[in-house]
Amino acid sequence: MTVARFWREIPQRYNLVGTKCEVCGDVFFPPRAICPHCRRDGKIVPCQCSGKGKVLTYSVLSAASDQFSALKPYVLAIIELEEGTRVTSHLICEPEEVHIGMPVKSVFRVLDREGSDGIIHYGTKFVPDL
Amino acid sequence: MVGIITYGAYIPRFRIKIEEIARVWGANAAEITGGLGVLEKAVPDYDENTATFSVEAARSALCRRPVDVADIKAVYVGSESHPYAVKPTAVTVGEAIGATPVMTAADYEFACKAGTAAIQTAMGLVSSGMMKYAVAIGADTAQGAPGDALEYTAAAGGAAYVIGNDDPIAVINETCSFTSDTPDFWRREGEDYPRHGGRFSGDPGYFKHTLGAAKLMMELRGTKPSDYTHAVFHQPNAKFPQKAAQMLGFTKEQIKAGLLAPTLGNTYSGAVPLGLAAVLDVAKPGDRIFVTSYGSGAGSDAFDITVTDAILTKIDRSRGATVEQMLATKKYLDYAVYARHKGKIRM
Ligand SMILES: [Zn+2]
Repeated sequence: MTVARFWREIPQRYNLVGTKCEVCGDVFFPPRAICPHCRRDGKIVPCQCSGKGKVLTYSVLSAASDQFSALKPYVLAIIELEEGTRVTSHLICEPEEVHIGMPVKSVFRVLDREGSDGIIHYGTKFVPDL
Repeated sequence: MVGIITYGAYIPRFRIKIEEIARVWGANAAEITGGLGVLEKAVPDYDENTATFSVEAARSALCRRPVDVADIKAVYVGSESHPYAVKPTAVTVGEAIGATPVMTAADYEFACKAGTAAIQTAMGLVSSGMMKYAVAIGADTAQGAPGDALEYTAAAGGAAYVIGNDDPIAVINETCSFTSDTPDFWRREGEDYPRHGGRFSGDPGYFKHTLGAAKLMMELRGTKPSDYTHAVFHQPNAKFPQKAAQMLGFTKEQIKAGLLAPTLGNTYSGAVPLGLAAVLDVAKPGDRIFVTSYGSGAGSDAFDITVTDAILTKIDRSRGATVEQMLATKKYLDYAVYARHKGKIRM
């Protein structure tokens, strides 16, 4: 990822800032500039998601690319946020802990490190909400 | 009166037992745990570092008490494990709590007392009227070379404080410092691990400065140890703070709530901020708290703090995880997995 793209995406990565259509109430994450339902009649505003949600589905990955090899085995989950939108994220827990419907909350973590001399990408992951 | 508006702490969930580290290095575990008074220490996850601890602690503080983040005009992070050599940790925190861009920010370094130095700076900015709120954080993923004595205690965690003037949950009555050029512990640029002066680090380092700042504080305030409900000292192990407390005349009961080293280890810049957070977790209005940090190199910062009624009415402590809760939430690692976590095995 380029430094510029990472920088542009900081609000959504750090703080789950998506967008909301004020006409139909739909929340979009990642943010959308146009509401797919209301089209030209929609009114799009920024919307910070609370970070609370539940596991819709998941898979346990035991093979991973080099940058994530230290994490394996790890859980990748599709999470439905309480605002109604869905995100795919690393879920930090033991593979045997996770189940569909499990309540989760967002945390701030390192997403990736570009080698030992590149930039560190921070952002949102999820943990069980006990 | 300047004081603590809200506070938050963060301790990662992994632990390693000191006897497991001793086993790997063929050392006498009973002798080491007995000498240090430390049984286990907190270890970061692969994707955690000083910036993530700082953000989690700051967010916990803001969960406990709604503060208009637009009024936060400064963020200072004290640590000796800033993730970058050049690029501040404090800007990542500012961004993650939504306080950017109209704010100032900087990282502090002063061995284990960088966090209390940040609190002092925040007090100055708020007291002078330059801003309404300033955030001060002390956090570390402490480094100790494999097999070095430091490895038995070097731990991870941190705490964040929002400093301000309106309705503080605890008033900071006074702060003072005691500082000198003392080479008891150091790390040169580009080196992975710090070095230390062995036994030398105790007397002319920790005790001279801790006692120096503590006695100065009681002189300034006209107080004696029995005037305080709680006392928190820097805790590179569990023995040093207990000895310092005893030398000054504080009782075991007074240092109990803030003494975390036995099951946490030494969180360097996070140590005193976390100890104070543990005290605030249980503090009642009217409690008086005595705090003295220590940073090698060397210096100590002392604080005289009085808890106010606002701790019951203006803040919901249950909205953030308490230090006790985080210490109880743990998963043990063996040395091999621990070495991977700490990045000691380069992959
Ligand atoms: Zn719409």
